[in-house]
Amino acid sequence: MSIETCTNADCSGSGHGLLSPAGLIAQIQQDHLIQTVLIVSVVIVPVFIALPLLLWRYRLARQNVYSPEWRFAWAPEFVIWGVPVVIVGFLGFSLWHTLHRIDPYRPLGTGTEPPLHVQVVGLDWKFLFIYPGEGIASVNELVVPAGRQIAFDITADGPMMSFIVPRLGGQIYAMAGMRTKLHLIADAPGSYRGLNTQYNGQNFARQKFELKAVGPDEYRQWVRSSRNGPALDMARYAALAKPSVIDRPLRFGRVEDGLFGSIVAAYHTADRQPGDRLSSAGDTHR
Amino acid sequence: MSEELLYWLAGDLRWSDFPPKADMIATIAALIVVAGAIGVVATLTIARRWRWLFDNWLSSLDHKKIGIMYMVLAFVMLLRAVIEAVLMRIQQALSVNAQGVVSADHFAQLFSTHGTIMIFFVAMPFISGLINYVMPLQIGARDLTFPFMNAVGLWLSAAGAAILMASLVIGEFSTGGWSGYPPFTELAYSPGEGVDYWIWAVTLSSIGTTLTGINFATTIYKERCEGMHLFRMPLFCWTSLCTAILMIFAMPPLTVATALLALDRYAGFHFFTNGAGGNMMNYANLFWLFGHPEVYILILPAFGVWSEVISTFSGKRLYGYASMVFAVMCIAVLSFTVWLHHFFTMGQSTNVNAVFGIATMLIGIPTGVKVYDWLLTMYRGRIRLTAPMLFAMTFLLCFVIGGLTGIILANPPVDFQVHNSLFLVAHFHNMLIPGTLFGMIAGYMFWFPKAFGFRLDERWGRIAWACWSGGFLAAFMPLYWLGLMGMMRRTAISFEAAYQPWLNAAWAGAALIVCGIVALGIQLVVSVRRRSDLAVPVGDPWDGHSLEWWTPAPPPEYNFARRPRIEDTEAFTNAKRDGRAYHAPPSYEDIEVPRNTLIPAGIGAAGFVCAFALSWHIWWAALLGLAAMWAGVVLRSLQGDTERVIPAAEVQRQNEAWLDCARQTAPVTRFAEVERINRGRAMETT
Ligand code: HEM
Ligand SMILES: [Cu+2]
Repeated sequence: MSIETCTNADCSGSGHGLLSPAGLIAQIQQDHLIQTVLIVSVVIVPVFIALPLLLWRYRLARQNVYSPEWRFAWAPEFVIWGVPVVIVGFLGFSLWHTLHRIDPYRPLGTGTEPPLHVQVVGLDWKFLFIYPGEGIASVNELVVPAGRQIAFDITADGPMMSFIVPRLGGQIYAMAGMRTKLHLIADAPGSYRGLNTQYNGQNFARQKFELKAVGPDEYRQWVRSSRNGPALDMARYAALAKPSVIDRPLRFGRVEDGLFGSIVAAYHTADRQPGDRLSSAGDTHR
Repeated sequence: MSEELLYWLAGDLRWSDFPPKADMIATIAALIVVAGAIGVVATLTIARRWRWLFDNWLSSLDHKKIGIMYMVLAFVMLLRAVIEAVLMRIQQALSVNAQGVVSADHFAQLFSTHGTIMIFFVAMPFISGLINYVMPLQIGARDLTFPFMNAVGLWLSAAGAAILMASLVIGEFSTGGWSGYPPFTELAYSPGEGVDYWIWAVTLSSIGTTLTGINFATTIYKERCEGMHLFRMPLFCWTSLCTAILMIFAMPPLTVATALLALDRYAGFHFFTNGAGGNMMNYANLFWLFGHPEVYILILPAFGVWSEVISTFSGKRLYGYASMVFAVMCIAVLSFTVWLHHFFTMGQSTNVNAVFGIATMLIGIPTGVKVYDWLLTMYRGRIRLTAPMLFAMTFLLCFVIGGLTGIILANPPVDFQVHNSLFLVAHFHNMLIPGTLFGMIAGYMFWFPKAFGFRLDERWGRIAWACWSGGFLAAFMPLYWLGLMGMMRRTAISFEAAYQPWLNAAWAGAALIVCGIVALGIQLVVSVRRRSDLAVPVGDPWDGHSLEWWTPAPPPEYNFARRPRIEDTEAFTNAKRDGRAYHAPPSYEDIEVPRNTLIPAGIGAAGFVCAFALSWHIWWAALLGLAAMWAGVVLRSLQGDTERVIPAAEVQRQNEAWLDCARQTAPVTRFAEVERINRGRAMETT
């Protein structure tokens, strides 16, 4: 099994996750994080100041004013209930507002281009990406045009997984027999790490992929060159779906019609036993 | 022997499931467990302590002894879970673009056992133990309402813990984490005994905890002494009551969830499988319907401890008693309305997410109020920084950070990013270690003199505090950052070199925590050795406020020679002020206490057999275990003579001896609190 070595960009310590957003959604998420921290600081900073002061002023040896029976006063009571109420009120409002802006199920209100549709199938231990519009598919490599929003349809053919591209946004669960949705956008060309965050067996940590955001020409060229790949028919899909780690990304030039739908639907028909494909894998799964 | 006969006899258990194991570390761990068991048996035999053990401890129904046994269980399991935690920290620190020291599968067993043990067999026993010991004394009761059921709860928890220990030796444990999410934990993906071990260990513990919760709540409602109105109870009793209520309502969903998962695995049902109409989302809801209240079960008793510790060592009444009670009740009720925040990412509508996010933030209000109430309790006090108080200070500072990150996680926009990441791991450890665990350690140090008659060594207590506090900060603050960098939980290896320095810090922190545990051990040994220097026979070393301090240390089996009558929350403080704390009561009477019985321990043992056999599909043994459990219950209901009488004369003799001792002991000021002259009689704080 190959283990990648770190490239220079990766080693710098910057450019990771929510610390350096590269898309609208992640940017909103980071802003929301910072805003929340600042607002909540109003109630936590006083604790950091008051505690040492109290310890100093009222330590036994100092024999300061002592009121052992003092147990209640309305003024502090109003403040300690009132301030948090106001703050949570404000936070609640802001939560509602931000959350609706980045509802993963709703297309982003940016750009005029229609979103690029990508269907994601979480498999043990890789992600299959189907481009229904282009009729191609890839594994562990997601090439998209920068600046154009991507509309994901997500499912899993295996245990539950969770799909995220930290610098762009996410995440959302991938569940067998179900379809979840996510909308993301990469603001600028670049290569972004994507991964599964939900433990699903021994190679869980290796279930990751590259999201490459490229310019429009490069994207068109990538699609064209992908067409030369082999076809993803049912037989190939069945082989792919077996638990495995894919070290090098794969590409498929044609995709069986309605593959995504049939993967979801397979779990709704009575003749298919859940997970039977994988139960044959038995212990290898762990 | 034919394969069929073998299955009939031994289920799926084979010689190959016994050590040596596939990997060296697992083999060593198994050998340590075996050696530990042999060591305990040998020590007891050589010291001829078996009789003593059975007569004084294993068969006891005394709430104080049961409380202590719970604590011992918690400490033993804490050792194992911390060793596992350190191993995980070493693995993650050594596996950035490398393989590390354990396999991915072993790593998964480590986080699954660590999480399961810490929650169900460390934190819960600590809590049940502390409440068991302290609460009846604080309300002036002689015991819990149902002493027998209390012991059954203890032994069911112990049986669950034993299953986890057995899993270290025989076979393997689940890799599904402490939450055991299907469909991963279904047969299709996790065949074998691991998940079954998890199911039955957790089920035993949750049934035991339900019984315990019922017992605590009933006791608080029914056994309070004269004058002890609800609103005169010490705050620890209030938090115990809320915890008990949460236990009663939150444990059943867990029992149902694990039972349904068991049906899936054993009987081919499809509650949570991928197909045939199964849906894991139902599991997520059931589990967190338990799981969220559970985190408040874990934190509320600690709030109680902090209230007692801070008010005692500030020499002051608790500020805002009514407001505190109201806040705790708010938290208890609200805790049932927020479970969905554990899966904001499951695809439900934005409005649903928003409502649950806001509900979650609402809990921050009463919680924040409590922090300020504690600060105001210290205001104009006489503060002594003893070891428990030092832990309280670390708690206050760290807890507000945990509160901040909790609010952050309650915001779905951010949670979408940090869900399942080390940010989350940092957050819950931030609540569980400075909150729950430090609370339990502080409670242990605070009430230890009451339980054993001597104080714990102060110097080693402070060293332990320094190691734990520093260790916690170093081990978990970096995880917040790693989480924001996108490092996910449960990863045995990682591929970003930038994680390395943070993982190193976390590892060093874990090592410091181990020093903290060692310091606690040394503190105990040193204190036992110096016990005559540290003795506090009068029983009130800290100038306490509530009734438990108004008894000898250790208290007699029946707690109070005469049950007290009170007219204020701080009854004992008042009695001391009026100079009538150590007056003899007008008369004495016969006292009934429950007789010892081994049936609860037997029920626990049978429960262990049943759970173990179920995990390995040894059906005959499982049936036998279940039948034996039930037989224990039936046997008990046929027993007529379950009480023993302690004659009034004996009570009088013991009580008078204590009162004499108290009168002859010189009261000490708070300046001499940790000095040798503190024999447990406090002078009024000035
Ligand atoms: C004493 C020091 C402790 C250390 C060094 C420690 C360390 C760890 C580590 C390394 C993990 C795995 C994180 C991952 O998934 O990447 C973990 C998980 C966990 N810990 Fe701790 N921990 C400690 C104490 C506690 C305590 C006191 C509790 C609870 C009372 C606790 C509860 C948990 C739980 C519930 C998990 C999640 C397990 C899972 O993923 O299913 N830990 N801890
Ligand atoms: Cu929760």
